[in-house]
Amino acid sequence: MAQEQILTQEGKPLKQALRRALRREKMRSILLIAPLLAFVLVAFIAPIADMLFRSVENGIVADTLPETVVALQDWDPSTGELPDEAAYVALYDDLTVAVEKKIHTRLGSRLNYEQSGMSSLFRKAGRTVRSIEPGSPDMKQQLIDSDAAWGNLDTWALLKRYSGRYTPGYFLNAVDAEMNADGIEMKPDNERIYLYLFVRTLMLSLIITFSCLVLGYPISYLLAHLPLRKANLLMVLVLLPFWTSLLVRTSAWKVLLQQQGVINDLLVWAGIVDNTHRLVMINNATGTIIAMTHILLPFMILPLYSVMKTISPTYVRAARSLGATSWTSFWRVYFPQSVPGIGAGAVLVFILSIGYYITPELVGGTSGIFISNRIAYHISSSLNWGLAAALGTLLLVVVLFMFVLYDRIVGIDNVKLG
Amino acid sequence: MKLRTVIMASAATVAMAGSALAEDLTIVSWGGAYSASQDNAYHQPFMADHPDVTIINDESSNEAVAKLRAMDETGNVTWDLVDVEGPDSQRLCDEGLAMEIDLNEWTKAAPDGTPAVEDFGDAVINDCFIPQIVFSTTFGYRTDVAEWNGEEPTELCDIFDTETFPGKRALEKRPKKNLEWALICDGVAKEDLYDVLSTPEGVEQALAKLDTIKDDVIWWSAGAETPQLLADGEIVMGSTYNGRLFSVIAEQNQPVKMLWDWQVFDYDGWIVPAGLPEEDLDLVKEYISFATDTQRLADQAKYISYGPARASSQPLVGDHAELGIPMGPHMPTNPDNMGNYLVNNILWWADHQDDVEQRFQAWLAQ
Repeated sequence: MAQEQILTQEGKPLKQALRRALRREKMRSILLIAPLLAFVLVAFIAPIADMLFRSVENGIVADTLPETVVALQDWDPSTGELPDEAAYVALYDDLTVAVEKKIHTRLGSRLNYEQSGMSSLFRKAGRTVRSIEPGSPDMKQQLIDSDAAWGNLDTWALLKRYSGRYTPGYFLNAVDAEMNADGIEMKPDNERIYLYLFVRTLMLSLIITFSCLVLGYPISYLLAHLPLRKANLLMVLVLLPFWTSLLVRTSAWKVLLQQQGVINDLLVWAGIVDNTHRLVMINNATGTIIAMTHILLPFMILPLYSVMKTISPTYVRAARSLGATSWTSFWRVYFPQSVPGIGAGAVLVFILSIGYYITPELVGGTSGIFISNRIAYHISSSLNWGLAAALGTLLLVVVLFMFVLYDRIVGIDNVKLG
Repeated sequence: MKLRTVIMASAATVAMAGSALAEDLTIVSWGGAYSASQDNAYHQPFMADHPDVTIINDESSNEAVAKLRAMDETGNVTWDLVDVEGPDSQRLCDEGLAMEIDLNEWTKAAPDGTPAVEDFGDAVINDCFIPQIVFSTTFGYRTDVAEWNGEEPTELCDIFDTETFPGKRALEKRPKKNLEWALICDGVAKEDLYDVLSTPEGVEQALAKLDTIKDDVIWWSAGAETPQLLADGEIVMGSTYNGRLFSVIAEQNQPVKMLWDWQVFDYDGWIVPAGLPEEDLDLVKEYISFATDTQRLADQAKYISYGPARASSQPLVGDHAELGIPMGPHMPTNPDNMGNYLVNNILWWADHQDDVEQRFQAWLAQ
């Protein structure tokens, strides 16, 4: 039985007309958000993607030593034999060009991330390669004479290992591992830092989140239950530091916490602490925890407050009228209703603190710095952008993982920002 | 019509602003007392001579190598002239990030006609470097520490003596100089220093020595931090550049003294970033020629206790511009201050910095 088609007034099938109207609607909304979408893509997604791509990109060996890479294709380091004369001639030719263009030191710095000594090898090569006659016989011996490292199998094995366009090297470095002749291994103990820093970052962030909660909950409760006029006044006290520059607040903590600082002076004056045993509260993890708890506290208080504001007092009153003690009525009636606020605050504070950088840098000394400080160091000082990108990617993965975990435990639907 | 006028007018303004911008000279230096001395001795007189030029001070010299590499990578060099230490100039020169220059062409001869290259002498360390000053890195200590029972440090190795001299120390957050000092205090002779450091065991030996005071160290990255920490009483002793200590002691009258033992000499000077546009280059050249002549270099010593890099400037070094005290005794090159000293091994550091830095940073983070 053929279904009778429903037609619109103009005589078109209703389904089709409806689809067209919906499509027009959709197009309109896409056009409306198009500027923002384009902006986000161009200014946010693309740079991040480009930066993350650097964590595996490794064109520099092939670009700087193109002939050598070709010459090494058939060579197998596991034979224990050095590459043949042709490879040395190719290396000499490549180096001559690279030195001319002054890019050989960059390759040295790049390979130095994988094996120490490479940077100085290439820098020296820049100076010695000019002293070797082009086209002279026995290039192998001449190069080895200029630096014994060219007669070392490891040097060549390294060149071969990193001659590909892509590399897992940065990611291995980011988890304190390295790729060597025997495969992938953990680095020696005294060179491991990143896993340790990741764990420290997570631990300190958890502690900071917890201290924010402990300090923020009573304040939010107070704010939500005071008469509006008083609550507003208190709210200003919460918001004022929130609006104050991060640097100013961090510097203020320096003044307060240092050994000759205000807090220590007060403690000594009150006789609590001996003058010669002033507390060390800054340039270590303690400093980071204190300063960051203060700086992130508003991010805990504001969502908590807005959730608590919506909790109707009648429930607690009902519980009390049915005979509950004030503790029971709080714990069994009020607290569960405030959990979405705790969730929102905790997620905000935790994710913000895990990526924090300025405050730990200024007050953290060496024991209170985060993984982001190392990322910043590699971006702006050591210029190892590949490693910075790998560390950044791992940090992103950790945050996403925490987010999923959180969703499983608390449920992201339970998070309320107001 | 009206709208069009507005557009034309604003376009004209932009064009004029553009041409005015061309006369901006972005000079990168170290900040603090040092930048102030350059401002007094070079920038202000130069701007007085060239009213259309504005000198912009950028205080990024301690990250100059990294930032220039980054600028080069993105193809957007925004600096005109950079003040760097000797080893950094070597690295930048090797990497093609600094321009090679002919010193005799870029700088004036001495008043008696001696060519610039001879007048600068040892300070000419590579083809890109335009020498400015000789400075040293050394230690300052507070003179009022009660726990020291009236004792004062007299030699470098007292830094490692936390029994006699308890309290926090400030050291630079870089391996350079720290490793040398550690080895010297661990009994390595001056002439063996860089041979020992060239081996991984040597670096470990130095770090092991530094381990003995690691808990007492506050790490600095800008030269102005140590004077500040000393003045605050946060540290009892710390390393920094001798000119900064001079400023704390002589200009700010803090209870601080200097320890010249094993001061490390270094040269500081200008490099010109490679690839500057032609029209900027002319102005930079004019500035360099002005700022490195015999009289100007001597003038800088009126404001900070660094020795001018030109031989012909040295006799002209007089008194401090405001305090009126003779600057001679405060110069690192004064014979009284040169009992034990080291000269920074520029070539060694240029070659080995990447390796050692990596190990040092790992040690620091552990």
